Amino acid sequence: MAMSVEPSPDTSATRSAARGALMLGLFAALGATLVGTTYQLTRERIADNQARRLQQTLHEILPPGAHDNPLHEDIVSVSDAALGSADGQSLIYRARKNGSPVAAILEVTAPDGYSGAIRMLVGIYTSGELAGVRVLEHRETPGLGDGIERARSDWIEGFSGKSLDNPTPDAWAVKRDGGAFDQFTGATITPRAVVTAVRNALIYFRGHQAEIFAPRASQS
Amino acid sequence: MSLDAGSYRRLAVEGLWRNNPGMVQLLGLCPLLAVTNSVVNGLGLGLATLLVLTGSNLTVSLARRWLRPEIRIPAFVLIIASLVTAVELAMNAWFHELYRVLGIFIPLIVTNCAIIGRAEAFASRQPVLPAILDGLMMGLGFLLVLVILGGLREILGNGSLLAGADMMFGEAGAGLVLRFFDSNKGLLLAVLPPGAFIGLGLLIAAKNAIDGRRASQAAQQPHSPSLATGTGQA
Repeated sequence: MAMSVEPSPDTSATRSAARGALMLGLFAALGATLVGTTYQLTRERIADNQARRLQQTLHEILPPGAHDNPLHEDIVSVSDAALGSADGQSLIYRARKNGSPVAAILEVTAPDGYSGAIRMLVGIYTSGELAGVRVLEHRETPGLGDGIERARSDWIEGFSGKSLDNPTPDAWAVKRDGGAFDQFTGATITPRAVVTAVRNALIYFRGHQAEIFAPRASQS
Repeated sequence: MSLDAGSYRRLAVEGLWRNNPGMVQLLGLCPLLAVTNSVVNGLGLGLATLLVLTGSNLTVSLARRWLRPEIRIPAFVLIIASLVTAVELAMNAWFHELYRVLGIFIPLIVTNCAIIGRAEAFASRQPVLPAILDGLMMGLGFLLVLVILGGLREILGNGSLLAGADMMFGEAGAGLVLRFFDSNKGLLLAVLPPGAFIGLGLLIAAKNAIDGRRASQAAQQPHSPSLATGTGQA
């Protein structure tokens, strides 16, 4: 230090910046370690949760006794505008008993809800009869449009047992539009969107049943 | 490093009442208004925020000697973001249903200015113990506002209290739910976004009224030696 030359302001600024960067890098490394460790610790549990939840929802639509294959593993992915998904991909879960098709549960999106898309699962037996419908995700108005949720009302149960012959295709609409399905007080748009999406799913299923159950690219 | 009882008390009064993040600093209003449509939602987000706030205050206080002024803000952001991500993963693993209900508002804790505000204004200049206590009290103050507002809106709008408690306390929680009237008869406004603004406004008004009354009582007895009235005024 005794014979030191005054450091030029440039080098001291550089050194200070380098020290700051080093400190920040250290904090980033610590943060990354924390997140990485937590991720490792929780990963399996999170995957478990998601699988269990999916299975629960699938079994609400189709009782476990109705099939003998693992529903959440026997999946095909299709893209068809009739199913309405934004990215063009919809999953179909296939239920079989003793190897022969029983029903399919289709991921369907109604793009025209009151506030955005409504994602749901539509279960259809091979006979074309509905096993059940459940809403997965929506942003409809609380207290008005959210009656489509099973937790809020049993409206959605009304689909079970219906098919394209019952009621006839032109009655697949809410009562306000001359159809057979109830709307909610103060909310017509939401049920209209759901009814239309379910009808489209039924039509799609009728036209593509053989394709859906064809054993392509899946674990079964 | 040691804290006397008086400064403990002062930190508690600051966080819970005088400088409450939700009612006085008005920080973190986005999650505060958005998730408070039920007690359980408010409690869930409140606990997550409390955890992050205490953790970030602790970390910032520990690191305060190395946090030079020019890098402190990015360092705060790094610390807070890592903590929030860890809390988010943990909630996804152990409170999966609640995690699904709260959705985007858990990662959004990162943007809660109350947290970076406490790091900057308090934890970066204080020893570890007061910093932890400050985080706990500020977090608790925020949590209480979330829970009270959630309770008000849930009773008025849904006719229930603690609905969805099973998401937090497991199956046993389902027994905690109180139902006062049918949810269809509720005041819809209360659970919609305007209800959040009106409810928070009423809470703040009530707090100001209490403070005002205390101040005028203290003014009437100017030489009162009472400690309790003395803390009410700034």
